[in-house]
Amino acid sequence: MRPAGTFDVSYAEDMAIVRTRLQWILVALVVAFIIALPNFSGLYWLNVITLMGITLIAVFGLHITTGLCGQINLGQSAFMAVGAYTSAILTNALGAEWFLVVLPLAGINAGIVGTIFGAPSLKVKEFYLAMATMAAQFIIVYLLIHSDEFLGTTLFGGPNGLGVPPANIFGFFEFGTDFKMYYLVMALVMIMGLLALNMTRTRVGRAFVAIRDNDLAAEVMGINLFYYKLLSFFIGCFFAGIAGALWAHYFYYIQPEQFTLHNSVWYLGMLVVGGMGSVLGTVFGTVFITLLDALAYNVAPFISAALPYLPQNITYVVGIILFAIVVIVFLIYEPRGLAHRWRIFKASYRLWPYAY
Amino acid sequence: MDMFLQLLVTGIMVGGLYGLVALGLVIVYKSSRVLNLAHGGFLMILSYVAWQFAEPWGLPMWLSIVLVMGIAVVLGYGVERIILRPLTGQPILATIIVTLAMFEALEGIQTLGWAGLTQGYHNFIPSTAIALGPVFIEQHYLWSFVVAIVLFLAFLAFFRYSRHGLAMQIVSEDHQVARSLGIDVRTVFAQTWVIALIIAAIAGILYGALHVIDVENANIGLIKALPVVLLGGLESLPGALVGGIIVGIAEIVGAGYIDPLVGGGSADIIPLTLMLLILLIKPYGLFGWVRIERI
Repeated sequence: MRPAGTFDVSYAEDMAIVRTRLQWILVALVVAFIIALPNFSGLYWLNVITLMGITLIAVFGLHITTGLCGQINLGQSAFMAVGAYTSAILTNALGAEWFLVVLPLAGINAGIVGTIFGAPSLKVKEFYLAMATMAAQFIIVYLLIHSDEFLGTTLFGGPNGLGVPPANIFGFFEFGTDFKMYYLVMALVMIMGLLALNMTRTRVGRAFVAIRDNDLAAEVMGINLFYYKLLSFFIGCFFAGIAGALWAHYFYYIQPEQFTLHNSVWYLGMLVVGGMGSVLGTVFGTVFITLLDALAYNVAPFISAALPYLPQNITYVVGIILFAIVVIVFLIYEPRGLAHRWRIFKASYRLWPYAY
Repeated sequence: MDMFLQLLVTGIMVGGLYGLVALGLVIVYKSSRVLNLAHGGFLMILSYVAWQFAEPWGLPMWLSIVLVMGIAVVLGYGVERIILRPLTGQPILATIIVTLAMFEALEGIQTLGWAGLTQGYHNFIPSTAIALGPVFIEQHYLWSFVVAIVLFLAFLAFFRYSRHGLAMQIVSEDHQVARSLGIDVRTVFAQTWVIALIIAAIAGILYGALHVIDVENANIGLIKALPVVLLGGLESLPGALVGGIIVGIAEIVGAGYIDPLVGGGSADIIPLTLMLLILLIKPYGLFGWVRIERI
């Protein structure tokens, strides 16, 4: 909501994403911060933030499938696996310099697989759909582990996984270090974020929102449910595929066990904590949960030292329990997420010192 | 043919247990429309608690089982009161994510309490096999099947004849009707959670006796019980047993013939494939209520 007296006087102004001078300054500051960050963050935080960027792309996809279109997807991590394997196999076969060609292919392949597993969404929804996508999670990982026997090929590497070459732009530039990879990931985060942001404002995005709010009413209004539900899965899983490809080229090594249900649940948790249906909320949620996990990672040794009778691998436990508590607390006390808090803050900032 | 019979009987035995696990999902779903994706997590954690009582602390097994049921009652009541009740009226996505978060937390608690180690009940059920014509049945399987069936019938009778059970049936039909009949819907929710967790405890102990007690046991609430409830229909109690036995047979017989070809592990995937097929063909299962929606 904008304060009284603020009008758009041209179509360009009406369509602008960044509207005010303050917003431009904020955007410039954020971009400058992102560019400058590796110079003063240590290697640990650089890795945390690069991984956060990859996660963010996957959560953007989930934002489109689940947040905008309301189709629950519990298999985002498995669709990332599809993207990662596509990229790994293609760059191994063609050569790493074709990375820019392979990246969209990885997304498209993940999108197609996602569409196949999203097909039950035409007949069922809610719990039933959650079950179908969860089945996708287990089946895809199982097929990757047993690819040797099932598909009769060692192309997928079976349980041992695959080595992946560093990403490379047509032989001119190689993303061989964490430092360079960080910039690649951040550039893609911005591109994908912009895509996700604009998605809400297109015909497709509005159709998604109509389906989320009431799919029967949407159908009556003339929205083709068959087309748009599958499209939401395709786009959401396309994002997952891109994220998976980046994951593969970031770790130089992929394995079926990296893509677990656990990850898919975390992505959904990030979406919930940030606030469904808002790109800004998605960013908030992902950053918040990632920082929380990093906090758990750094605090756990102290807890271990203070309580020596606990088992050793407490890092994982602290993170997971903190995550569960945060998600549950958010769902109970602020189901609209951090994005809603941010809106409240903005409104009160604009109206200050008046109450309304 | 002997192999087929052997697999068939084993499948039925395993299926009875799956039906019991699924029963815990169905009764919560029926009354409160919450699909408890954390059911497997509770099952796993309660089986560890039982192990803790029975093995390191050396209590007799019957006493451990009684104590675990007491814990299940407290846990069920607490979870409903603290986590699920505030979410009444929220979109269904909220309950899905909240139960998944509980699932994660329970796995974390397992690592905290038992360091992720695999355990087993010793001297609980003898492991010798009984010959039945050409078929051999391990006593583990037989016991778990018999207990599962007896419990199943007991719960069916409870729902059909007892006052509380009938109240639960009414709540599952319509909350407003239930209220106008003087039934406190919230109490019924709490009762269903308590019963579901008692069932989870028993199923967990039986499953632990059948295989091992492991973190991975939590997954049977997802990859085994969900296909079962879907096949039987989310709202049907007998459907859970029928679905359980069908899934058990499909899994054991299928795995018996497919595993030699693919090198193992297909038992985990057959129920899920079955589930996807059911979702595409007959999404409301054998006995589920077909949902009619109006705008």
